[in-house]
Amino acid sequence: MATGEVKKDPKLDQWIDPATGEYRVVAPGQTFKSITDKISRIVLTPHTPLGWFAMFSVAGSGATMLLVAVTWLFLKGVGIWAITQPVAWGFAIINFVWWIGIGHAGTLISAILMLFKQQWRNSISRFAEAMTIFAVVCAGMFPVIHVGRPWLGYWLLPYPSTMTVWPQFRSPLLWDVFAVSTYATISVVFWYIGMVPDFGTMRDRSESKLGQYFYGMLSLGWRGSVRHWMRYETASLLLSGLATPLVLSVHTVISFDFAVAVLPGWHTTIFPPYFVAGAIYSGFAMVLTLAIPLRKFYHLEGLVTERHIDNMGKVMLVTGFIVCYGYGMEVFMAWYSASHWEAFMMWNRMFGPMGWSYWVLVTCNLLIPLTTLWSRKLRTNISFMFAISIVVNTGMWFERFVIVVTSLYRDFLPSSWGTYRATKWDYMTFVGTLGLFTTLFLLFVRFLPMIPMSEVRILLPGAKIKPKAVAEAGD
Amino acid sequence: MPPREGTYGLLAEFDTPGDLIRAARQARQDGWRRMDCYTPYPVEEAAEAIGFHRNRVPLVTLVGGLMGLAAMFSLETWISVLAYPLNIAGRPTYSWPAFIIPAYEWTILWAGLSAAFGMVALNGLPQLYHPLFNAPNFRSGATVDKFFLCLEALDPKFDLVEGRAYLESFGPVSVVEVEY
Repeated sequence: MATGEVKKDPKLDQWIDPATGEYRVVAPGQTFKSITDKISRIVLTPHTPLGWFAMFSVAGSGATMLLVAVTWLFLKGVGIWAITQPVAWGFAIINFVWWIGIGHAGTLISAILMLFKQQWRNSISRFAEAMTIFAVVCAGMFPVIHVGRPWLGYWLLPYPSTMTVWPQFRSPLLWDVFAVSTYATISVVFWYIGMVPDFGTMRDRSESKLGQYFYGMLSLGWRGSVRHWMRYETASLLLSGLATPLVLSVHTVISFDFAVAVLPGWHTTIFPPYFVAGAIYSGFAMVLTLAIPLRKFYHLEGLVTERHIDNMGKVMLVTGFIVCYGYGMEVFMAWYSASHWEAFMMWNRMFGPMGWSYWVLVTCNLLIPLTTLWSRKLRTNISFMFAISIVVNTGMWFERFVIVVTSLYRDFLPSSWGTYRATKWDYMTFVGTLGLFTTLFLLFVRFLPMIPMSEVRILLPGAKIKPKAVAEAGD
Repeated sequence: MPPREGTYGLLAEFDTPGDLIRAARQARQDGWRRMDCYTPYPVEEAAEAIGFHRNRVPLVTLVGGLMGLAAMFSLETWISVLAYPLNIAGRPTYSWPAFIIPAYEWTILWAGLSAAFGMVALNGLPQLYHPLFNAPNFRSGATVDKFFLCLEALDPKFDLVEGRAYLESFGPVSVVEVEY
């Protein structure tokens, strides 16, 4: 491997911890005080950077466009979208699955990597969780506006209505309601609980009355008692243990929306694991898309280091291969099932009139990332990783496009074949959610501590308890 | 509760977690019980040192999770069998395998909410006022980079003069008296 050559590069040398030979998690020379100053100053400064306003105006315009698109949708109905027979599930479901998938990496970083004691995750966990929540906000919107009469969306919930009608619990679409609402709730709670000690720090460091009041309320009066810390640690561990099966179940349930139907291209048992892997794949790509400009803009290179970028590249490589296996298995089963319909679906997906979308997906998800992410040199090349994150996000969007559209537009009866061409309202809604997501994220980095200070402190050399001092205690 | 008056306790400040743990361990050995350590990040050894070993958060979580499971599974069964039976492609009204998924989600939902809010409640939070916030060095250090040991006045061994001398013997940065 290229490891040996890279180590000789003097620019990278200072990043390698001589004790372990690994990249450092936090840059050398940081203290409790310096990281607290660095992270809290981003929020507590009265001077908002001009670049932030520039970004906010662009993202805010996107969010406004979403508002326009959704308002028109509410006035006119879903007919303004391209959905019709035979493609009744269009952009709304594609975007729903794509956004939920993006959210999954946040939970993976905060929960699963915590259970595996991967401490490098500490400095990226907070904004990955924020990404999860904002992605779920964007995702959750789509099924609701897709139902046609969104103001009756609460009919999905089991409540004692005067009509004495109850939901039908054998439908995967209803399972989705519970999976996604639980996921949103637990993600918000996990995120908030993680921030409570940092709110305490912000309260104590804020110089304005408003800041002290605001962060003081949010911190619930946190004072750092070790008794509190121990319960807090237990609760965090339990929440991670609960969020892990949850995140795996959410995309599994979403894949049931497809897999339980008897449509060729949807009716496969590979869907749950392949959806989950794809979710993590696109989610890590989105974390990179956000983290790379963020560390540059706020000069956080000492906390979000090349080791993080490198590790995320490795996770993408693994999940990318699981996704690759999923694609391969779909093709194999189309042949092995000996089903005429399955074989035709796969041929049509690859070489039919919309076959180009399949090849975009193969190029973006397999050909480009899975050949290049092997190289450590490329994994630590920041601009390359930014580019690859965009490529993978595009590829994963096309994966959902391929699954939804190419399975539907030519079904069993040639007389009912059709096509799908998104309208400007479809595009406005999709681009609008990108704007909404970015807007929420910008508000987050401005008002909340984006790196968990209490967790990064654990990684510092000052947190090491000297064995000598303990031995002196005499027990 | 009527407002208390007088001294809450004596607060010793340390620069490193090692110093804090050493002092806390010694104090516990010398018979102090009403005391607490304050750190800017979780220091498990300090909790051990003051004799805090286990907590009830896991129990609360378990109970919450089981309640969520029972609540959703019985709701689904009641709806599908009694309240609103529907024939869905000839499947039995009591389709328990299909009911597992929402019940599973609610197990996690209730367990997670119990873990989070149970932790907050067991910690006695929210408690926006605490006497320790009166100590200026606590406000500026406890959530940033300093480590504190507080001997509380409720301890039977507590004496303002002797307690101060006792804490000074650990070589802290400072010892201050905290008022209610």
